[in-house]
Amino acid sequence: MSEYMLQNGILVFVAVAATAVVLTRDPASQAIVVSFYGLLLGIMFLIFQAPDVALSQIVVGAIALPLMILLALARVRKQGPRT
Amino acid sequence: MTRGFRRIFFLVSAAALAVSFFLAYSQLEPAGRVHSEYGDMVNALTVPELHITDAVSAVNFNVRGFDTLGEEFILFASVVGVLLLMRRQNEEPAGDHEDRIDGRIVPPVSDAVRVMAMLLVAPTFLFGIYIVTHGQVSPGGGFQGGVILATALLLLYLCAEYNQFRRAVPQRLVEVGEALGAAAYILIGAACAGAGGLFLQNFLPLGKSGSITSGGIVALIDLGVGLEVCGGVALAVLAYLEELVEEKEQ
Repeated sequence: MSEYMLQNGILVFVAVAATAVVLTRDPASQAIVVSFYGLLLGIMFLIFQAPDVALSQIVVGAIALPLMILLALARVRKQGPRT
Repeated sequence: MTRGFRRIFFLVSAAALAVSFFLAYSQLEPAGRVHSEYGDMVNALTVPELHITDAVSAVNFNVRGFDTLGEEFILFASVVGVLLLMRRQNEEPAGDHEDRIDGRIVPPVSDAVRVMAMLLVAPTFLFGIYIVTHGQVSPGGGFQGGVILATALLLLYLCAEYNQFRRAVPQRLVEVGEALGAAAYILIGAACAGAGGLFLQNFLPLGKSGSITSGGIVALIDLGVGLEVCGGVALAVLAYLEELVEEKEQ
């Protein structure tokens, strides 16, 4: 069992972080939490020996995706709720 | 649907999901122990025949290079879509949105952010170039490196005034870069066909395994993809930022 401690550990972390993403209600905070979740996923891919996927995951999941969410939020907020 | 029914519905589905997940998970082979035929084939191909030490790059850009061409154009098409949606129409006066909230203050960039961004620009840029150029040697390649390069451009945006940033990174130049990067993939493929092989069939010398010049066309494709992804991501993000900046300047 100890052989897979690292793998099982990161799986638990990813599951907890994913739950945290769902439970975060404010979209702006959610973008930050999803970034952290993306970073954890990247580490998970690294532990499962897929460094190529890990790199893609970190640059897209931890940087590009939260950035686009924040920018879209900024635009939506600027326009305000449609009445 | 009442609240009680929804809860029961959720609990039943969650239980079913948990049971099927457990059954599936308990029959998985241990991680890293599976020996697939495809894996053996790829291993026999990469270093001995293609002189590429990163198996993923070998598969992506050589074995199934045509698929990756499609993947690259997914990104290209999405960026074009974003730019199309965010474009300013003629009848829409600059910065005057009928539904904008009055008196919203855009906070200025703090000095700490500027200093951090300034410190990070050069290393990020270098790291991006490293990842792009070493795709055939180590994990990485055009897609990952391209996003890192775009991040470097955004850091530059964070640490400079908008006008200075625009002078250093003209929009036209980024657009041309993106288009050239996208075209490079097809041109390289066509060059392969022109040299007597098939589309995207390597015709360049393969070089020494593990060196930056190894891999033949894979290294060139990585450069093109890196340029395309960097330009694409930067354009998409700048399309959003442009609007925010107009707001700030008023």
